[in-house]
Amino acid sequence: MTILFAVFLLSMLVITAVAIVRSSDLFAAVMLLGIFSLLMAANFFVLDAADVALTEAAVGAGISTVLFLGALALTAARERSRLGPPGLALVVSLVMAATVVYATFDKPALGDPNAPVHQHVAPWYLEQTPELIGIPNVVTAVLGSFRAYDTLGEVFVVFAAAIGVLFILSGDRPVSQVFRPKDAPSTRGLKHHLIPRIVGKLLIPFIFLFALYVQFHGEYGPGGGFQAGALMAAGVILYALLVGEGRALEALPEPLLKGMVAGGALLYLLVGVVCMLLGGNFLDYSVLAADAVFGQQLGIILIEAGVGIAVTGVLLCIFHAFAARDSGI
Amino acid sequence: MSLALDIGSWLLFGIGSLVLFIGAVGVLRMPTLYTRMHAASLTDSLGALAVLGGIMLQAGWSLAALKLLAILLFLLLTSPTSSYALANAALLNAEGGSKPDEEAAQ
Repeated sequence: MTILFAVFLLSMLVITAVAIVRSSDLFAAVMLLGIFSLLMAANFFVLDAADVALTEAAVGAGISTVLFLGALALTAARERSRLGPPGLALVVSLVMAATVVYATFDKPALGDPNAPVHQHVAPWYLEQTPELIGIPNVVTAVLGSFRAYDTLGEVFVVFAAAIGVLFILSGDRPVSQVFRPKDAPSTRGLKHHLIPRIVGKLLIPFIFLFALYVQFHGEYGPGGGFQAGALMAAGVILYALLVGEGRALEALPEPLLKGMVAGGALLYLLVGVVCMLLGGNFLDYSVLAADAVFGQQLGIILIEAGVGIAVTGVLLCIFHAFAARDSGI
Repeated sequence: MSLALDIGSWLLFGIGSLVLFIGAVGVLRMPTLYTRMHAASLTDSLGALAVLGGIMLQAGWSLAALKLLAILLFLLLTSPTSSYALANAALLNAEGGSKPDEEAAQ
């Protein structure tokens, strides 16, 4: 049954990918990308990777669609005609595809318990998580504690991405002006549309509540800072679409958003530094409290909060930077 | 009892699938944008109601059923709203310039 479902999802993925490439209407391509992400999320879920599925659904199908639409509002909605025949590109693609297909022949079968990836450190993580960290969700333990360096790196990649996008979108203006529309601010929103406004008002509190649930339930179920940050940003973006970006910027002003971007990443770093000051290794949370297990849990909650704050700030900064830019610069 | 629940949930699955299938056929076969949306939006709500109701019967009195109820409420609120927003955008676009009917008929 599962294999049937997986084959169906994978074939839908291929069909969607082909449709994205072949569509010259960029709006349609963006919507298809959202569908692609949703199918991918379902695929991850079939593979029992609920945390990744949640991230893919929130970021891939949700936020990136909004950001792509924001980018499309600045450019043309149709693809320009292609230059020349696709001869070389076709050859390169076919060679690459053949290489990848050839490489999969050496791949262990799906779910093979003897696969190298399941023999290396994974058994140790599974055995030691209840003992050392004491939380049910091993993914969060691996992400937040065992491999905290990697997650720190990810947070700083997100941070760097936000800085880069802000610099690029500021154009000829100083970066401090990047959220301010040049002329005729689109602060109108959907004020005159009763139904979306009322439904949005009804839903936004629950979106925030769900984001907080995902944030703080990450130790027990799928979730964590990345997913919660995306959901939180989605709630604010919905608010901005309903009442206008100006009002959303009043609620969450620009210095606060930029502070969240830097502050979230710094909070993560600071937890690591405090661990060092208390005599442990960098990001070794055991020294944070008298009880080593409680220290680990405290450290994970703190760094997840840092991740959530940083991701919310980054996504909102990018959204406002896109929204404030008028086309034709 | 469990047999009755199974029969009920499979009945709901069947109704939901049938309704969603009719909606998909409508989206493909209807001539204009508004008629296509008519096919998609109505069947979407009823199909989701039936399918999620079927899963809830399978879940029984548990936390999963409550979560499914939350998803159902969310869908029942957002699905008609997005249909409204889409139809409204098409209408405003039609007033501004090209008619949605002509575009959809391509």
